[in-house]
Amino acid sequence: MNAATSRNLTIAFFVLLTFGALAPMAFGSARFPQWLEVVIGGLMSGVLYALVAIGLVLIFKASGVFNFAQGAMVLFAALTLVRVMEKLPFALALVVTLAAMVALAWLVERLVLRPLVNQEPIVLFMATLGVAYFIDGFGQLVWGSDIYTLDIGMPKEPKILLEGTFEGGILVSTEDVIAAVMAGLLVAVLALFFQKTGTGRALRAVADDHQAAQSIGIPLNRIWVIVWSVAGLVALVSGVIWGSKLGVQFSLQLIALKALPVVILGGFTSMPGAIIGGLIIGLGEKVSEVYLGPYLGGGIENWFAYVLALIFLLFRPEGLFGERHIDRV
Amino acid sequence: MKQLLKSKAAALAIAAAGVFGIAAETAAQSSNEIFMPVLVYRTGAYAPNGIPWADGYVDYIKLVNERDGGVNGIKLAFEECEFGYATDRGVECYERFKSKKPVLINPLSTGVTFALTDKVPTDKVVLFSTGYGRADSADGSVFAWNFPLLGTYWSAADMLVQHVKSKGPLKGKKIALVYHDSPYGKEPIKLLEERAKVEGFQLILLPVTHPGVEQKATWLQVRQQRPDYVFLWGWGVMNSTSIKDAIAVSYPRLQMYGVWWSSAEPDVTPAETASKGYNGIALGHSSEKGLPVHADMVKFLYDKGKGTAKGKDEVGSVLYNRGMISAMLSIEAIKAAQGKYGKRVVTGEEVRWGAEHINLDAAKIKALGFGEIVQPIKTSCRDHEGVRRGRIHTWDGKAWSYTSDWLEADNKFVRPLVEASAKAYAAEKKITPRDCSKEG
Repeated sequence: MNAATSRNLTIAFFVLLTFGALAPMAFGSARFPQWLEVVIGGLMSGVLYALVAIGLVLIFKASGVFNFAQGAMVLFAALTLVRVMEKLPFALALVVTLAAMVALAWLVERLVLRPLVNQEPIVLFMATLGVAYFIDGFGQLVWGSDIYTLDIGMPKEPKILLEGTFEGGILVSTEDVIAAVMAGLLVAVLALFFQKTGTGRALRAVADDHQAAQSIGIPLNRIWVIVWSVAGLVALVSGVIWGSKLGVQFSLQLIALKALPVVILGGFTSMPGAIIGGLIIGLGEKVSEVYLGPYLGGGIENWFAYVLALIFLLFRPEGLFGERHIDRV
Repeated sequence: MKQLLKSKAAALAIAAAGVFGIAAETAAQSSNEIFMPVLVYRTGAYAPNGIPWADGYVDYIKLVNERDGGVNGIKLAFEECEFGYATDRGVECYERFKSKKPVLINPLSTGVTFALTDKVPTDKVVLFSTGYGRADSADGSVFAWNFPLLGTYWSAADMLVQHVKSKGPLKGKKIALVYHDSPYGKEPIKLLEERAKVEGFQLILLPVTHPGVEQKATWLQVRQQRPDYVFLWGWGVMNSTSIKDAIAVSYPRLQMYGVWWSSAEPDVTPAETASKGYNGIALGHSSEKGLPVHADMVKFLYDKGKGTAKGKDEVGSVLYNRGMISAMLSIEAIKAAQGKYGKRVVTGEEVRWGAEHINLDAAKIKALGFGEIVQPIKTSCRDHEGVRRGRIHTWDGKAWSYTSDWLEADNKFVRPLVEASAKAYAAEKKITPRDCSKEG
């Protein structure tokens, strides 16, 4: 596929996306305030998907490993935090959890990644699959399988806006808005870290070329520990937000699986791609569930993201913003 | 290389320990014991609800062994099999247990119940589904080995419709069914559709796919369609998510009614006081504590460090009580079989006869230490459900309390549907229904 075709496909996708999102309004099956609620709700969910996806992108960029364990890390971080909070105040529990995530990163590097260095990507992927199962089982073994309430003071009741303008107003979840702001702040902090610090620049160097980075003295093993620790921090923030919304329980890691289609859509190596991919998936699944669900029997919300990812794999495997992979023979 | 292999082996061992971390609880079986398999889900998305049920079920078996020395002197052996509420793994567990000659199984999964319904007549294993399973299996003339004791989903749905009807005529109103998109969640649809035709209400069907943590779009639809009532047919984390998402769209909890699998402590506590006002149809019992059977659990098990739950505080929660009652009914079926065939190790066929002749009146239930948490129950060849009564209980932010009088499913309405569905099943499977007038 040449560059022009690729560009045309991207344009066609965004045109289709806009048409799909506006279709319920255009064909009269939705009233404006209701449609707007669905769109806002979808975008807010998308921000949260993007948050987990960023963790995947970080590790993939720095080590070429697709970390299947990111979801399990979200669960482990949230479980650790909520159980430590039973003994310590929130701020201190946050520090202890972060320390646990760094320890986990170090263990993964020592026990899994280092022995497998220079192996095929599929071997590393399978190793993260094993790590995911281990963290999942170990977390439940240590912390239990109950649903734990994580109360960080997020408001649960929604806000109804423009009640005077529209009948019933427009519902906006305050909790979602706060979560989106937290996600935005995290992305900003990560961007600063990567652009402005020496470690961040070293991480980018490793991401661009492992061997070249090593040749100028960047220690690969330490970088991997750092990048897995940063991914652990992202998992902690995701776990706090999702845990506060749903309660801390096993299913958190299943939601985190939504990050997979998000990175396929946005590109495995692009952080802005992860954010835009998350927004597209969130918006698409909510609009299709609400407006197509009654005709197709419902349950679209769960598979929409994966079908969209499949279509992308067929026509644009590098995603919207990923680097094109070219093999020169 | 040697070191590499060593570290890989260690990693594998640790990973295996993580995956299979929860050791299954067992009581070894000997030839002079009756074997009761216990299918459980103590891990995974449904664990918060699966654990208390399993604890209550296993504790009652242990209690009968500890306190009474078994059933008429015959000890009960049991073994847990973790299946994570996955139908295929549940069937696998069942197949694995077959060599131990189980007499009765209660899988706590409608999906597994559907899958085993064809198998149990051949294997001669009684299939209990206390408060769940196929509604049409209440017709024992066709489903000789199935026992949906205490109430089917059609009975539950009928009682819920009766209850909301008592608040005002349903004609022109909207009832939304938010259901787990599985055989379990779909089970009440038939009854509700029939009731909608008779009562004149509009039924809105809103499926939620497994495990039910993504419901935002569902509840946006609830907000848009503004149903007068929402019936919740969820399980595990789906329930608490539904309540949280209802709060997020400002749907009044007072207008929400959960089936008995959607109204236990793990469903309401994650949303804390915001769940206040949420209702459920109770399967005869709620979270009663302090009954003689509970006191025995503490005395014979927990005080001796033999209890299954994390602590004795959990004895008496909604799902613990249900597990305990389910085990009690299984043991009463065994006792009934021993009454006819002798006080020995009974076979599956003999226990099937016993299950078909359970007859517990209020006095017997009280003598067993269960107070009033089990309604008088009498089974027969024709009726494998035994009783179909319930009450509404409401969460006040801290505890459940009853908020309605006793309700009883209208069998004149439900039974013809049960028989029609059972007849269709019999025709499909080429089963000749038994003549119940000739059954002893």
